[in-house]
Amino acid sequence: MLQDAFRGGKRYWILLGFWVALIVVGLAAYGRQLSEGLYITGMSQDVTWGLYISQFTFLVGVAASAVMVVLPYYLHDYKAFGKMVILGEFLAVAAVLMCGLFIVVDMGQPARVANIILHPSPNSVMFWDMLVLTGYLLLNLVIGAVTFEAERKGAPPHNWVRPLIYLSIPWAVSIHTVTAFLYSGLEARPFWMTAILAPRFLASAFSSGPSLLILMAIIIRRFTRFDAGWEAIQKLATIVVYAMVINLFFVLVELFTGLYSDMPHHLHAFEYLFVGLEGRAALVPWMWVNAALTVCAVVLLLIPGIRRQERFLAPLCVVVILAIWIEKGLAMVVTGFIPAPLGQITEYAPTAPEIAITVGVYALGFFVLTVLYKIVVNVRERLEAT
Amino acid sequence: MSEDRRTFLKEVGFAALGLGCGFPLVRAAFAEAQHGTNQDAEPSSQWAMVVDLEKCLNGEVRAACVEACHREHNVPEIPEADDEIAWIWDEEYKHVFPDQVHEHTPAELQEMPVLVLCNHCTNPPCVRVCPTQATWKRESDGLVMMDQHRCIGCRYCMAACPYGSRSFNWRDPRAYVRTDESGQPLSDFPTRTKGVVEKCNFCAERLRDGRQPACVEAANAVPGGEGALTFGSLAEPDSDVVRILGEKHTISRRVNLGTGPNVYYVV
Repeated sequence: MLQDAFRGGKRYWILLGFWVALIVVGLAAYGRQLSEGLYITGMSQDVTWGLYISQFTFLVGVAASAVMVVLPYYLHDYKAFGKMVILGEFLAVAAVLMCGLFIVVDMGQPARVANIILHPSPNSVMFWDMLVLTGYLLLNLVIGAVTFEAERKGAPPHNWVRPLIYLSIPWAVSIHTVTAFLYSGLEARPFWMTAILAPRFLASAFSSGPSLLILMAIIIRRFTRFDAGWEAIQKLATIVVYAMVINLFFVLVELFTGLYSDMPHHLHAFEYLFVGLEGRAALVPWMWVNAALTVCAVVLLLIPGIRRQERFLAPLCVVVILAIWIEKGLAMVVTGFIPAPLGQITEYAPTAPEIAITVGVYALGFFVLTVLYKIVVNVRERLEAT
Repeated sequence: MSEDRRTFLKEVGFAALGLGCGFPLVRAAFAEAQHGTNQDAEPSSQWAMVVDLEKCLNGEVRAACVEACHREHNVPEIPEADDEIAWIWDEEYKHVFPDQVHEHTPAELQEMPVLVLCNHCTNPPCVRVCPTQATWKRESDGLVMMDQHRCIGCRYCMAACPYGSRSFNWRDPRAYVRTDESGQPLSDFPTRTKGVVEKCNFCAERLRDGRQPACVEAANAVPGGEGALTFGSLAEPDSDVVRILGEKHTISRRVNLGTGPNVYYVV
């Protein structure tokens, strides 16, 4: 099975080369960050988390979304997801890998990362987040590899994986819940301190993750002989649109509480996001783009005639991913720091090396994903041929 | 046969992995059962500070406090505001006590400079969130301590602190530490590396020798600054801080958050 990673055409190697080039650029920038310090990023004493932790948050969602194919397939025996499920599990593997890397590149002393395990601190949500993410990575890696290997041999998977599969379902929910708790338990940051944060994270995850999965499935069926199935893609599209509607609802609930109560602490963050605070408005254009994209995606995807056509579905999936990325990968983390506890409004914008490192981590994740998907595609193509 | 062996090896491997992941969890659970979490530990004593706002109106007093502290602890002087490190510094009254001002509060009161530092909270959020116990509440005297050798630089404590009391070393601080003619730092206090968080330590190193914190000593040395800062133990009924807290109208920062700050201000 593993040797399939080395069997590919010219396009495969060019794609891998492309990822490697981006990884190399990212590594160079990371080398600079390691030697000079995190001051080369756009972060400051007021905005202490930026692009890295935002990407981490966004990608935990992508990872958690594998449950949207695992659950219908294994719990409800929804056969149409038979070929999709492995794509979901391997996407989760790549996403969790990127999550871990984003945490490490954000650290001031990455060489000491083992301290989290050497000095376990159950009172810290970050400790639990590390545990659930590591567990989720292993679960998906094991389940994905074992079930796929069994399928390759045309035999049913070992019985011992079944409990692991069932375990992976609540576990997927846990990774994003615990990630939300990282933020929502801090009395210092009123913008994050909301009980709806975890449900919101899950809803946005279940729209952005499956959107990415749809795109992957469409790309794979375009360029290879492996087709995950149009029915499966359509079912995912339905999941995407309802998760998006629920997410929009949660956002509006949040806005109501802030705006109607009119409490300054709640208001400031929303003012900063949508109109700007004391003339600082770096995120305002992004947030209005986000609003437009969200409405556009929800309205169009709700129309079955549009959802059912690949030429509309694919771009709309891109729209969903962009909207959720702006929400979680850009605005959500940074806005928690604005205004700072002492009233200062310090804005944040990532620097070039910071962006290079971020792109590098994404490239590494997509390198792994490309290899994993290549194995899946090669094996499937052989199975179809026989 | 070989297939069996492979399966066996695989399963043993997974079992080992599982145990490896589970072990720290079990250890943590035991540690918790034995000691309780950090924030539950009631300190047997608690150091506290009272800042007299009126006496601190004198700019010389405040400057002397900041200078003494930053000199004593080799706090780097970084010119860029984004990367600046501070253990004790001035903030405007309206930002320090946002719930104490309203639209009719006179401008001079709103903009009055107030000395701020780590509150060494009774229920410190920074300690609660630290994933490595690099910051902890010392049981013997209630100081919120910091181990810069254990800190991984995740800055979770900075997100959790409602007072902005913590600074991160975005760049190598040693290049910005003041030195004497021979190039040595001005004090013996260990300098930090880049990539770790630091903050006021209530002069733990001086308390050990029975001395007062550097800022308190410095304020008392300025004419007119005597008693601008008072330091003492809340567990000793006849200490100066207990006396002032009992006699005067004092406030502390953002009490509604429940962190229990131990720096008080005489209004």
